[in-house]
Amino acid sequence: MTAHTQTMAGIAVRPQAGTLTGTVPKMDARGVKVYYGAKQALKGIDLEIPERQVTALIGPSGCGKSTFLRCLNRMNDTIDIARIEGLITLDGQDIYDREIDPVQLRARVGMVFQKPNPFPKSIYDNISYGPRIHGLASRREEMDEIVTKSLQRAGLWNEVKDRLKEPGTGLSGGQQQRLCIARAIAVSPEVILMDEPCSALDPIATAHIEELIDELRENYTIVIVTHNMQQAARVSQRTAFFHLGEMVEVGDTEEIFTTPRDERTQGYITGRYG
Amino acid sequence: MPVTTFLLVLLLLSFAGFQLGRTTAVSSAGGRLSRLHSVPSYYGLYVAMWVGLPALILFALWTGLEGIVVNNMVRASLPASITSLSAQEINLIMVDIHNLAYGNITSRVPEPALTAAADYYNHLRGIGNGALAVVMLALACAGLFFAKGRIHPKLRARNQVEQVVNVILILCSLVAILTTVGIVLSLLFEAIRFFTKVPPAEFLLGLHWSPQTAIRADQVASDGAFGAVPLFTGTLLIAAIAMAVAVPLGLMSAIYMSEYAPSKVRGTVKPILEILAGIPTVVYGFFAALTMAPFVRDVGQSLGFGVSSESALAAGVVMGIMIIPFVSSLSDDIINAVPQSLRDGSYGLGATKSETIRNVVLPAALPGIVGAVLLAVSRAIGETMIVVMAAGLAANLTGNPLDAVSTVTVQIATLLVGDQEFDSAKTLSAFGLGLVLFTVTLTLNIIALRVVRKYREKYD
Ligand SMILES: Nc1ncnc2c1ncn2[C@@H]1O[C@H](COP(=O)(O)OP(=O)(O)O)[C@@H](O)[C@H]1O
Ligand SMILES: [Mg+2]
Repeated sequence: MTAHTQTMAGIAVRPQAGTLTGTVPKMDARGVKVYYGAKQALKGIDLEIPERQVTALIGPSGCGKSTFLRCLNRMNDTIDIARIEGLITLDGQDIYDREIDPVQLRARVGMVFQKPNPFPKSIYDNISYGPRIHGLASRREEMDEIVTKSLQRAGLWNEVKDRLKEPGTGLSGGQQQRLCIARAIAVSPEVILMDEPCSALDPIATAHIEELIDELRENYTIVIVTHNMQQAARVSQRTAFFHLGEMVEVGDTEEIFTTPRDERTQGYITGRYG
Repeated sequence: MPVTTFLLVLLLLSFAGFQLGRTTAVSSAGGRLSRLHSVPSYYGLYVAMWVGLPALILFALWTGLEGIVVNNMVRASLPASITSLSAQEINLIMVDIHNLAYGNITSRVPEPALTAAADYYNHLRGIGNGALAVVMLALACAGLFFAKGRIHPKLRARNQVEQVVNVILILCSLVAILTTVGIVLSLLFEAIRFFTKVPPAEFLLGLHWSPQTAIRADQVASDGAFGAVPLFTGTLLIAAIAMAVAVPLGLMSAIYMSEYAPSKVRGTVKPILEILAGIPTVVYGFFAALTMAPFVRDVGQSLGFGVSSESALAAGVVMGIMIIPFVSSLSDDIINAVPQSLRDGSYGLGATKSETIRNVVLPAALPGIVGAVLLAVSRAIGETMIVVMAAGLAANLTGNPLDAVSTVTVQIATLLVGDQEFDSAKTLSAFGLGLVLFTVTLTLNIIALRVVRKYREKYD
């Protein structure tokens, strides 16, 4: 499959879509098209995801942000009618290659969903679920350590350390979402995808998660979809603006928010539509 | 006038009332419909109800009371030679009079007194019918004029019509509820009569079931034994075999259908399973008796087991097959109710499909599945035809699935088939068994529905 760039009439080819200066991107999408049945949801996306940075995907509802995110760990494979074209690489390797097992890929590229979705199990079992199925711990103590570490990294340890046996569904919404982040961290992924992780949370819980994302950046590559402009501005280093199945513009977050190149980006971030 | 004519005339009158009410309402508003409180057809219905309902209520009352009134009058008219007889004989004579009046065959050559009474009976009924016709017609007309006179743009016709409809609906549901209560009460009364003859402790704890009581004192086996434990164990044994077949098969097919099957397969397999659910149990009974039981016997014999031709195994297996669609469609619904987000969460961690199903979907669905299984158990316990045909009547106290056993339902059926005297312990024992069965299945159903509802709430 060849990488190619699609343009709309009168719109310049995105200059940012080329290689990032100096570094090799952690993930790279080239000409990604997605169809749900006959309906095209993504019309050729080129996007590089730099390592150990937070990349924010913004854009109006239905423009394909979630669809793109789900391409990055092949979650779209679980949707019968979804069909994907184009090239996506992780560390230079095509993730849609026959050699690649989507199950193993998802251990490397974890995902946190819009609505907190803890399993109806204990807090401990929620975290240990991933490591257990991937055989990451052979002894009880190792598992305990993974659980503790993951909860600590997700900033939840102090709140739940005395009730690891209680069900994860009994936590508050914000705690549940941090539990889900801890659960994702527990399998030591390289990339964490977050699809509007704060949209179901109150402002305080949101602030918590944003702080957490900022800390996680040290160890993980993060891609976050958000509807909240301030959030994108606060947590991300790079921002990509999606519109009607296309990626209109990508660049340093500061640039996108201060001097957007494209009219549509400008319109969106100044709130003219969305 | 026969009944149907009454009702037809009443219907026509009501229809006329409807038309009249509608046009009257429209003209009372001067043609400006917006001045009317309700849509014109409600005024029509309002009038039609006043025409039809009072007459209909009268009709219902009369049909209920006519028999008593006429009978009493006929009885009073009988000559003293008859009225001096015992109450039972008078009843017999009244039956003869009825038969004579309706032109049926009577038990003896009619005496002139009886013929006269029969004629009187017919005469009275004729008068009654005539009077009924006149009064009904009068009521209908009165209703028509009354209602028409009340039509006025401000009349809240819709509210009144809806109130009446409301009452009718309540009455209908009352009928259903009262019938249920009636059934339970009759079961209870007969069961109590049984327990005065056979103490409950003997019934519930006795180990020997042989309900044959002697009709004549010199017969052998004159004392029946009413220890129901062999029946309970037989029922449980067959239900257990049925569940051992139905739960794994039903659950697996539910998992396949909700998690693995492409929509095309699902679209064809589900209806087929539902057809399986629609087969009358008596047909399963054939299958059990003619195919499964000989098969089980042959296989058993070739393996060196002694298998009776009617075995608990055959009945249980077929019953299990009958219950499969029940288990699978309930479990399918329950598995589908597990939110997709949980599956996504598991896939997102790199779990495979089967890991996701085993570790996330099934545990999440477990309470609901338990409820479904309990419902299935209560069906298995209540199932009759298959066991009648395949399990037999021998009430053996055994845990061996290759033996013949009998169940509570089979015994009830055989005890009550044919002519029975309703004061012998043998017949009444059916009600004792029925009460036990009813209590057990009711309890199971209540628990199961609770569990399922709890589960539904959790994911709404
Ligand atoms: N499972 C699906 N089946 C069919 N169409 C879908 C599915 N998921 C998303 N779409 C469609 O794809 C488009 C992009 O959706 P999505 O990626 O969810 O947008 P966003 O996350 O930016 O709001 C929408 O038009 C949506 O209707
Ligand atoms: Mg979305």
